[in-house]
Amino acid sequence: MEKRAVFGNRALPYALLAPQIAITLIFFYWPAAQAVRQSFLVEDAFGLSTEFVWFENYIHLFTDPGYYRTLWTTVVFSTAVTVMSLSVALLLAVMADREIKGATGYRTLLIWPYAVAPAVAGVLWIFMLDPSLGIIAQGLRRLGIDWNPRLNGTHAMIQVVLASSWKQISYNFLFFLAGLQAIPKSVIEAAAIDGARPWRRFWTIILPLLSPTTFFLVVVNIVYAFFETFGTIDAMTGGGPAKATETLVYKVYADGRLGGDLGGSAAQSVILMAIVIGLTAIQFRFIERKVTY
Amino acid sequence: MVERRSLWGTLLPHLVLMAGVAVVAFPVYLAVVGSTHESAVIANGQMPLYPGGEAIDTYYRTLVIGPSRSTREPVAGMLLNSFLMAMIIAVGKIAISILSAYAVVYFRFPLRMAAFWTIFVTLMLPVEVRIYPTYKIVADLGLLDSMAGLTLPLIASATATLLFRQFFMTVPDELVEASKIDGAGPFRFFKDTLLPLSRTNMAALFVILFIYGWNQYLWPLLITTRDDMQTIVIGIKKMIVTSDALTEWQIVMATAVLAMLPPVLVVIGMQKLFVRGLVETEK
Repeated sequence: MEKRAVFGNRALPYALLAPQIAITLIFFYWPAAQAVRQSFLVEDAFGLSTEFVWFENYIHLFTDPGYYRTLWTTVVFSTAVTVMSLSVALLLAVMADREIKGATGYRTLLIWPYAVAPAVAGVLWIFMLDPSLGIIAQGLRRLGIDWNPRLNGTHAMIQVVLASSWKQISYNFLFFLAGLQAIPKSVIEAAAIDGARPWRRFWTIILPLLSPTTFFLVVVNIVYAFFETFGTIDAMTGGGPAKATETLVYKVYADGRLGGDLGGSAAQSVILMAIVIGLTAIQFRFIERKVTY
Repeated sequence: MVERRSLWGTLLPHLVLMAGVAVVAFPVYLAVVGSTHESAVIANGQMPLYPGGEAIDTYYRTLVIGPSRSTREPVAGMLLNSFLMAMIIAVGKIAISILSAYAVVYFRFPLRMAAFWTIFVTLMLPVEVRIYPTYKIVADLGLLDSMAGLTLPLIASATATLLFRQFFMTVPDELVEASKIDGAGPFRFFKDTLLPLSRTNMAALFVILFIYGWNQYLWPLLITTRDDMQTIVIGIKKMIVTSDALTEWQIVMATAVLAMLPPVLVVIGMQKLFVRGLVETEK
């Protein structure tokens, strides 16, 4: 789509574009190019000399069992967060969509956790799950569970999954509710007249018609679990215990900052960029499909 | 609905939703309660589920004095830093985006599509994936521990530009023609016609970007080393000392409440704009 009526000024458009192009070049393209360049270099411990090593950083990464472990941790973590926050949000959205009184009130009461910072969400959940003072931790101990996320990797993982999912429910709820309200009531009523009970209607009509929303949310949630949960993880576990909650983004941070391995960290950044570009491409293909429906 | 609903069918949604609201609100309620009890009561694991009487004292100490052991910085300063950062990111992003979208939509010039794609590519690569190279560039430019270093890299993204471009496309061409006939140049048209039309979009975008800026974590963590540059989201994490006997939990919880308050108020107070902004930026 193009505008027919435009202005014929020569210099002005460049001046209007200049601020954004300048910021984008300096703070986006330059660092991205640096990341690619650095991923082919090895720097000595004092940063005095660098050596071009071709794909050594990448080979090093892909022969390191630790990297696969982090990859697996990331897969487990993002799957758990996506499944949990999506299913809870869908349940709540379906309930709110049943034309009940006060649906907008419930919406207000459910959407605000979106505004809570990931790191703050982590702090709130530590307060409940800390083995010595947390209320939930005490309850678990009374049930005979030896809850100790500081030593037990699985417990630590459950902890970060809970905090990350909690924060994402509101976002998913909002989009599910909008998706549900876009489904024509006549379709559902027709099924009801044919004698389909609510449960049946949900599986055979509502869920299939909701699939574009669901698919979109799955991609958004994966991106969220990959990148935005850094604050949650850093506040709650610091990637530990014994790297049990170290995701890919956390490893980029930890290797570059604490380990000083800038080449390896840059190689990881490049791989992460490739993953995001892939996810974006998937999402765009989906959006195009939605337009042609 | 065509079928009659039993009493159970009417009650069930309310019960499920109330349970959902309770689960969502409980951690925050607990934080509020935690901020009103003494440190010793919390550390013993003896904290009751109702508020205590230490609220005024705790919030005063949090805001004005700061925790005594870990970071000594009072939280009022952190709140100000967070507010400045969020405002600069939100306003800055809207300002540069609306200008570049205006250029791309309303002018024809060589390299127009090249400029558009240069911006477009940045759409989904968050600062997290290029964190160290960006850090190095900001350091080389001498912008560590400065508001410019804190905000500029976070302003570099395409979402807002795309949103304005999409919106400008829906503005009828007749408006431009009418302005031209009235003798208005590109400045007048922008100021008198386009800006007033974009008000709702700008407000919706502002809500989303303010929250985005306020909640930043990784970038401020790297870029700020001075205590007086800290944002509240960073400050709260530093208050948790590894051996929890030393952590002053009532102050941590008061800080958590203060850190949540501004963005949550923005979401609840401007719910319509918030929902609109969220849906539009994800298109």
